[in-house]
Amino acid sequence: MATRTFKVWRGDKDGGEFKEYSVEVQPGMVVLDGIHRIQAEHSSDLAVRWNCKAGKCGSCSMEINGKPRLGCMTRLNSLPEGTVTVQPLKTFPLIKDLVTDVSWNFEQNKRIPPVKLKPRDADGNYRMMQEDIDRVQEFRKCIECFLCQDVCHVLRDHHKHDHFVGPRFMIRLAQLEMHPLDTVDRVPAMRKEFGSGWCNITRCCTEVCPEHIQITDNGIIPMKERVVDRYYDPIAWFLKKVFGGSKA
Amino acid sequence: MGAPDVSELQTFEHDVLVIGAGGAGLRAAIEASGRGMNTGLVCKSLLGKAHTVMAEGGMAAALGFTDARDNWKVHFRDTMRGGKFLNQWRMAELHAKEAPQRVKELEEWGAVFDRTDKGLIHQRNFGGHRYPRLAHVGDRTGLELIRTLQDHGVHQGIQVHMECTVLDLLKDGDRVVGALGYWRETGRFVLFKAKAVVLASGGVGKAWRVTSNSWEYTGDGLAMAYLAGAELMDLEFTQFHPTGMVWPPSVRGTLVTEGVRGDGGILKNSEGKRFMFGYIPERFAAETADTEEEANRWLKGDKAARRPPELLTRDVVARAINREVKDGRGSPHGGVFLDIASRLPAEQIKRKLPSMYHQFKELAEVDITTDPMEVGPTLHYHMGGIKVDHDSQMTTVPGLFAAGECAAGLHGANRLGGNSLSDLIVFGKRAGEYASEYAKENGAGKVNDDQVVACLRRATDFLNREEGPNPFVVQENLQAIMNDHVGIIREGAELSAGLEKLAEWKQEAEKAKAHSASQYNAGWHTALDLRNLAIAAESITRAALMREESRGAHTRSDFEGEQEEWGKYNIFVWRGDDGEMKIERRERPEPPKGLKEIGYAKIEDLESGKVGADVE
Ligand SMILES: Cc1cc2nc3c(=O)[nH]c(=O)nc-3n(C[C@H](O)[C@H](O)[C@H](O)COP(=O)(O)OP(=O)(O)OC[C@H]3O[C@@H](n4cnc5c(N)ncnc54)[C@H](O)[C@@H]3O)c2cc1C
Ligand code: SF4
Ligand code: SF4
Ligand code: FES
Repeated sequence: MATRTFKVWRGDKDGGEFKEYSVEVQPGMVVLDGIHRIQAEHSSDLAVRWNCKAGKCGSCSMEINGKPRLGCMTRLNSLPEGTVTVQPLKTFPLIKDLVTDVSWNFEQNKRIPPVKLKPRDADGNYRMMQEDIDRVQEFRKCIECFLCQDVCHVLRDHHKHDHFVGPRFMIRLAQLEMHPLDTVDRVPAMRKEFGSGWCNITRCCTEVCPEHIQITDNGIIPMKERVVDRYYDPIAWFLKKVFGGSKA
Repeated sequence: MGAPDVSELQTFEHDVLVIGAGGAGLRAAIEASGRGMNTGLVCKSLLGKAHTVMAEGGMAAALGFTDARDNWKVHFRDTMRGGKFLNQWRMAELHAKEAPQRVKELEEWGAVFDRTDKGLIHQRNFGGHRYPRLAHVGDRTGLELIRTLQDHGVHQGIQVHMECTVLDLLKDGDRVVGALGYWRETGRFVLFKAKAVVLASGGVGKAWRVTSNSWEYTGDGLAMAYLAGAELMDLEFTQFHPTGMVWPPSVRGTLVTEGVRGDGGILKNSEGKRFMFGYIPERFAAETADTEEEANRWLKGDKAARRPPELLTRDVVARAINREVKDGRGSPHGGVFLDIASRLPAEQIKRKLPSMYHQFKELAEVDITTDPMEVGPTLHYHMGGIKVDHDSQMTTVPGLFAAGECAAGLHGANRLGGNSLSDLIVFGKRAGEYASEYAKENGAGKVNDDQVVACLRRATDFLNREEGPNPFVVQENLQAIMNDHVGIIREGAELSAGLEKLAEWKQEAEKAKAHSASQYNAGWHTALDLRNLAIAAESITRAALMREESRGAHTRSDFEGEQEEWGKYNIFVWRGDDGEMKIERRERPEPPKGLKEIGYAKIEDLESGKVGADVE
């Protein structure tokens, strides 16, 4: 049977090195399968996160041949011949091997003001038309794999974690802002607290999103526009708010 | 590593401790916290990654939005019939009545379900449900549920302890007063003191090789409750979902949602025959189409037409597929064909079933808009679990509650698709509510240091020993035993042989050796789960051996068909005072007259109000 060499980062915050393992290849195998074979055959203490093995939970984020990807959705036969290099996400502090400390993301989520809906209709139901929620649902597909956070240069290279929530939470904000029944205004905070201005629309986040969410074009850009509208034309915004629609 | 001094252990004190952060655990924690309880929530993975996130098809609730004829009584009747009347009547009643409220509450917390053309929640057809009943978001409903609860929950003051695994429950006399766990990241131990504990730890799928379940599903809740003295019930009922992926090997078992069939997908064998028409059980014959023509009319919305046989309950469909394959009419990789390509335009498939489209495209290199999928049964769900009080979800141990997949009672011999997500929110809420009551009425108990030390010793033994088998390999050996001996079709002699193998395997499991570093040590974590798998696997096998009939998800080739006599009993398992596993069948209490009439009513009589009109 064919084998493949895996070069896997082994180490913790104090340092480490790549180690090579040889893994038997089966048809349809994904990178995460390779990692599991290494655990069973070579090194049972190799640390990796995973749950669903079907691209649904966003646990198995890693950098494969230098690209942020889901280990469970990356088939070996989709990678160029030769050694497969597997490393942990670079943007977050390393815990061990392929596992990083992503708790910063959970803290960002907590800072975002939650949804607060208008009252229900008289019959006790909420009504929203499908076409008004298509965009919201696109953003809600997010599996919190944090690959976009990993690749965004504002966080990865410039370490602006204190200034910018990152693409994942920009679309969480966008999703709340675009919810047809929500009543909270998050636009001022978008700029000041969440740092929308830091994004310079490189679209790297969109490229790595395994859910194919149009993070930049459908989420961040419209939010930037709302911020600009508000900033330059507060009167127009006020009129719109009072006379038309629930939110600008 | 030596066992540390108990007084030096990191300790958290909570009024209510919830173990498990899937739908049930999150809902319980939100409820407890909302009632002013200091609430802790523990989970093995990161928050939002529990099994619930994988659920696809939807959650069942008789909202009556897509078909106004629906109401709780029909949902209740469907649930009882699906469970072959072994369900706990009261739980099925509460579930059917309360699910709509719970679903609407999710909307208030930010869930955005697919809509009808009137702007209400759209509901989808699913196996065993008389009407379109499943609130859903495409085929990623579980993600919507867990994210909604998570995003709401983080603002409710719940203290979340992520990537922390609970090893054992701690007792003070009869009562549960806390739990001992370890942080996966560091390997350090942690003590939780609590006035009430809710188990919401999910199922036991990892005992089988072919399963839709993740590594977390090792039956921890079942085993911990069992060891703490709680009774388990209905364990023989393990649901094999009819449609798991069969190819490539790397994804064997991964789920293909029933939504594919709900949206018109059909099952065919290698001869191209739509074989389900040959497998319609008598009980469902009056409500199932017997020609393709009628089944197609139903799909187009003809209310006079009966349902296609592909939407029969899961046990029936799984057995049919199993038979087709055994009789040599299977697909190239040992499944059958599931065809949606010839039934819906490509664009609609991508819109209604986006994650299935991706899953097949990326993992199997199959385009489901042009080609059929290959599918076969996969171990999916446990109807059985910890016995609970119908209303309060308290187990037979004071202070210990259970909800969600780890609890038993709602689903009887077979669960209907979509009834789990609704189970989580209905009974998760109830568990949170009654655990809070209990915590208010009972002060903190006293943790027994000797028990803690014994737990610590067991846990560190795996690290300290010189040699032993690799825990991952040990786990694979168990999966082989369960796949071979406690599969979809069971037989007495095979089950008995399985029990013998399990006993041998247990010895191997106790000798497992983990690499000595305790920090994020996957091998050690797997070794620690083995005990729980062993208890769960043994109790399931014993119950399967005891039930000498075929009912719902439990099929015995040596005892075919339902036996009326067995319909009177549930099987219970517990740990005897001598430390041995005890098992017994107990007679079911007579249900209230009104519920019984609804459960057994003809659908016409229920709909016309001839039966059940006086039941509130
Ligand atoms: C692929 C798939 C699709 C499904 N689709 C549907 C569907 O469409 N509709 C439907 O109704 N049902 C569906 N189901 C079933 C349903 O998703 C599950 O039964 C349900 O999500 C279980 O929820 P839960 O809250 O009981 O537990 P889970 O969501 O499984 O959560 C268990 C929690 O317990 C924690 N835990 C376990 N052991 C420990 C321990 N020792 N210490 C600390 N924490 C622990 C875990 O970390 C996790 O947080 C599906 C299941 C699968 C696998
Ligand atoms: S588009 Fe903006 S958010 Fe996305 S990677 Fe570039 S800078 Fe970051
Ligand atoms: S937006 Fe996409 S890449 Fe970012 S966390 Fe969500 S799913 Fe992952
Ligand atoms: S394991 Fe869930 S996304 Fe990879």
